[in-house]
Amino acid sequence: MPQKGGAFLLEDISPQEMFTPEDFSDEHRMIQSTVADFAANELAPKAEELEHQPEGVMRELMRKAGELGLLSADIPEEYGGADLGKVASCIIAENVVPGGSFAVTHGAHTGIGTMPIVLFGNEEQKKKYLPGLASGELIAAYGLTEPNAGSDALAIRTRATLSPDGKYYLLNGEKMFITNAGLADIYITYAKVDGEKFTGFIVERNTPGFSLGQEEKKMGIKGSSTRSLIFEDAKVPVENVLGEIGKGHLIAFNALNIGRFKLGAACVGSCKLALEHAAKYALQRVQFGRPIAKFGLIQHKLAMMAAKTYAAESVVYRIAGLLDEVTADKKEGPAAVEAISEYAIECSIAKVLGSEALDYVVDEMVQIYGGYGYIQEYPAERFYRDSRINRIFEGTNEINRLLIPATIARRAMKGQLNFLGAAKALAQEILNLRPFLPADDGQPLAQERQMLAMAKKLFLFLGGQAVEKYMDKLAEQQEIVAILADLAIQIYAMESAVLRALKAHAAGQGEKKLLLAKLYVHDVYPLLERWAREAVCYLFEGDMRQTQLSIARRLTKYQPEDLISARRQVAAWVLEAEKYTT
Amino acid sequence: MKIVVLPKQTFDTEAKITLDAAGKINREGVNLIMNPYDEFAVEEALRLKEKHGGEVTVVSFGGPKVPDILRQALAMGADKAVHVGDEGLEEIDEHTTATILAKLLRDLEYDLILAGWRAIDDGSAQVAGRVAEILGLPMVNMVIKLDIAEGKAVASREIEGGYEVVEVPLPAVITAQKGLNEPRYPTMKGIMQAKKKPMQKLTIADLGLGGEEVAPKVRARRYYLPSPRSQGKIITGEPAEAAAELVRLLREEAKVV
Ligand SMILES: Cc1cc2nc3c(=O)[nH]c(=O)nc-3n(C[C@H](O)[C@H](O)[C@H](O)COP(=O)(O)OP(=O)(O)OC[C@H]3O[C@@H](n4cnc5c(N)ncnc54)[C@H](O)[C@@H]3O)c2cc1C
Ligand SMILES: Cc1cc2nc3c(=O)[nH]c(=O)nc-3n(C[C@H](O)[C@H](O)[C@H](O)COP(=O)(O)OP(=O)(O)OC[C@H]3O[C@@H](n4cnc5c(N)ncnc54)[C@H](O)[C@@H]3O)c2cc1C
Repeated sequence: MPQKGGAFLLEDISPQEMFTPEDFSDEHRMIQSTVADFAANELAPKAEELEHQPEGVMRELMRKAGELGLLSADIPEEYGGADLGKVASCIIAENVVPGGSFAVTHGAHTGIGTMPIVLFGNEEQKKKYLPGLASGELIAAYGLTEPNAGSDALAIRTRATLSPDGKYYLLNGEKMFITNAGLADIYITYAKVDGEKFTGFIVERNTPGFSLGQEEKKMGIKGSSTRSLIFEDAKVPVENVLGEIGKGHLIAFNALNIGRFKLGAACVGSCKLALEHAAKYALQRVQFGRPIAKFGLIQHKLAMMAAKTYAAESVVYRIAGLLDEVTADKKEGPAAVEAISEYAIECSIAKVLGSEALDYVVDEMVQIYGGYGYIQEYPAERFYRDSRINRIFEGTNEINRLLIPATIARRAMKGQLNFLGAAKALAQEILNLRPFLPADDGQPLAQERQMLAMAKKLFLFLGGQAVEKYMDKLAEQQEIVAILADLAIQIYAMESAVLRALKAHAAGQGEKKLLLAKLYVHDVYPLLERWAREAVCYLFEGDMRQTQLSIARRLTKYQPEDLISARRQVAAWVLEAEKYTT
Repeated sequence: MKIVVLPKQTFDTEAKITLDAAGKINREGVNLIMNPYDEFAVEEALRLKEKHGGEVTVVSFGGPKVPDILRQALAMGADKAVHVGDEGLEEIDEHTTATILAKLLRDLEYDLILAGWRAIDDGSAQVAGRVAEILGLPMVNMVIKLDIAEGKAVASREIEGGYEVVEVPLPAVITAQKGLNEPRYPTMKGIMQAKKKPMQKLTIADLGLGGEEVAPKVRARRYYLPSPRSQGKIITGEPAEAAAELVRLLREEAKVV
C-alpha cells in the first residue's frame, strides 16, 4: 500500500518505499536518452525561431513529437496512446525543455489539454479525440480562466444554454490567457449551464460563434500562443459535454492536479538545463586571471542551484512513482480520478517547489553570466523571463499554498487523516520533549533525519494551535495558512531529498546525494524557526507566547555544520560534470 | 530477407577521455552509446526489412551494458538480439571480436550482414572486414546507397573525386558510411515493445571458443592523452599591421607557411 496523500506529515516511510530516479527501468532510461536526443537535434535548434511564432513551426514540432510518442504517455493504448505511466511522462516533460516555448505548448497539450478527456471523456469522445491528440494531428488547449475569474475559477461567467431543439448548447462568454489557443483544434472549456451548473465542454475550433482574440504580448514563453477564446452563441453539440452537467469543477481541478505535477517536472528539467549552461559558462569565463568557476561565491551559487534541483527532482519522481502505483490498474475514468486526487497536496507541492526552485536557479544563472546574463544573445536572459510564469499559471503559488492546509483540514474532518489525534498526542509529549538527540543507528544523515522528525512535530504543533484558536475560520488567517503550507512543502522536500540519498546509499551510490540532501536540509531549516516564531507571536501573547516560543525553539534546534565546505564539494562535482549531477 | 547487424557500444561522442591509475582508458561514469555508424547500419536494415520483408537480428559482443544498445535497436524495430558477453577476457583486439562474431554468425541464417564502417572509439575499421574474410563473404565498405534485388546488392561508395557503384552477390557484408540514411528515433511504443522481444545472452564458452583462439594478436603497450592545447594568441593593432604580424608568426613560430 503506498502512503496516502498528505500522510507524510504524520508518519514516516522507509527509503525503500520511495520511488527515485535511481529506480528508473531500462525503458525509462531509453525514453530519457531518446527524448534528450530528439530535443537536442530537433527542438533546441528551433527554440530561438519559435520566439517569433513563425507560421506552422510549432505545429510541425508537435507532429514530430507525436510521431515519436511524446504526446501519448498518458493516453491508454486502446485510444492510440503509449500508456507509459507518470514516471515516463515526467521524464518526457523534463527532457523537452531545450525546446523553450515548445515545452509549454507540449505541457499544456499533454497535461490540462488531454487529461480531461482521458479522465472524464465518454467512450465516443475518447475514440474521437484521443488518437489525434496522441499523434499530434490534433492540438488541445484548456480554457478555464476568464477576465473576472482567475484564481477564483468557480466565478466564471460564461453561460451555456440548451438550444430549443435540444441539440446544442449555446455558449456565451470569454476565456482569457489560453495557452495553445492559436494553434489548437480542440478546447476544453467550462461554462455554467443556465448560469448555475459548472460544466465542462469540448469545443472544436470551427464551431460557429467561436473565435479567438489577439495574441497577447508576453514577458516570456513568447513562442507559445496565448489568446482569449470568445464565445458568441457558440453552437456546441450536446455530445460535447464533458462529464456530467454541474460536475465540471471536478474536471477543472483534477486536470490541474496532473498539470501541476507535470509543471513541477518541467521546472526540474529547466533547472538542470540552466545549471548546465551556468556551469559551462563559469568554467570558460575568465576574470582576474581565473575562470570564475574557481571563485567561492560562484561555487556557492552552483551548489545551491544543484541542491534545490535535487530536492525538486526527488519530490517530482516520488509523486510520479506514487501515481504509477495507484493508477497501475486504472488509467482512465472515475477510478483514475479518485486515485490521482488522493495526491492533490503532493501535486501542489511539486508545483510550488519546482517553480520556486527554478526562479532561484535562473536568477543565479543570470548572475553567473554577469552582464551577458542580461543580453538576449546569451541563454540566461530567456530562461529568466520564461521561468516566471510557472509561479502564476495552473493556480498561482498563493492559491496552491492555500490549498495544501485546506485539503489537509478537509481530510482530517472526514477522518481520512488523523491530524487532530496526532496533534493531541503531541501536545502531551511536547511539554517534556527530550532534548535534541540524533538517532545513532550507524546510518548517514542521522541529524537530518532527526531534524525532519522535529519539523513534522512543529507542523502538528503550529497546525494544532492554529486550528484550536480559529477552528473553521482558519482560512481567514492566510499568513498562518501559508506558514503551514510552507512547512508541509519543505517537510516533503527535505524528506524526499533525505530518503532518496539513503536509498542510494544503501545501494552504494549515495555519495553525492547524501551531501546534496544535507545541504538542502540545512539551507531551509533556519526558515522553520523563523516561520514558527512568526506564527507563535501572532497566535499568542504574554507568558503564553514565551512558553510557546520556547517549545518552537526546542523543536527547531540543531547542530550547525560546515556548509561552506559542503557547497564547494558539490560545486566541484557540478563543474567536473559540467552539469547537474547526483 | 534475413539481415544481421553488428552494432558496437562506444563512448558518447562528448565523453571526456581520461586514463586510470593503470594507464588504461577509464570507463567509469562514461555515457555509452551505439556507435553512430552502426546506427546507420541498423536503420538501413530496418528500411530493407520494411521494403522486402524479413527479419533483423542485432548482434553485439562486449560488456554488461551492451544490452542497452541492443534494446535501442529493438526499440527502433529490430526483431531480436544476441549479446555475447566479454566475461573472462582481459584484453581483446579486432581479431578477438571478429572471431567471436563470425563464430556466432555461422549459426545464424542471413542474406546480408550490415555494420558501421568503423567505430568512433578505436577507429580501426577492421571488424566487419575480418568477419567477411573469416566467413568467406564479399564485402563492400563505406556505402552511402544500397539497393537489394534478385539476390544481389548494388552499393554506391564515395571514392576520391566521385562515386563507385559496385555489385555483389548475397550474402555479403556491407558497411555503412555517413550519408547512407538518417537513423530514426525509437518511438515510445517501440521502446515499450522492445522489452518483449527476444534478447539472448551468450558467453564465449557457449560459442565453443576460448583460450588462444580469442587471444588478441595486437596488444596496446601504452595509452596517452594528447598534450593540452596551448593558449590562443590575439593579435591587436591596425588590420594591416595585424595581418602582417599574423603572417610573420605563422611563418616563424608556427612554421606552417
Ligand atoms: C502565459 C499565460 C498562460 C496561461 N495559460 C492558461 C491556460 O492555458 N488556461 C487557463 O485556463 N488559464 C491560463 N492562464 C491563466 C492563469 O491560470 C491565471 O492568470 C492565473 O490563474 C491567475 O489568475 P489571474 O491572472 O486572474 O490573477 P488573480 O486571480 O487576479 O490573482 C492576482 C494575485 O492575487 C492573488 N490571489 C488571488 N486570489 C487570492 C486569494 N484568495 N488569496 C490570496 N491571494 C489571492 C494571486 O495569487 C495573485 O498573486 C494563463 C496565464 C498566462 C499569463
Ligand atoms: C545593460 C548594461 C549596461 C551596462 N552599462 C555599462 C556602462 O555604462 N559602462 C560600463 O563600463 N559597463 C557597463 N556595463 C557592464 C557591467 O558593468 C558589467 O557587465 C559588470 O561589471 C559585470 O561584468 P561582466 O559582465 O564582465 O561579468 P563578469 O565580471 O564576467 O562576472 C560574471 C560573474 O562572476 C562574478 N565574479 C567576477 N569576478 C569575481 C571574483 N573575483 N570573485 C567572485 N565572483 C566574481 C560576478 O559577480 C558575476 O556574477 C553594462 C552592462 C549591461 C548588461
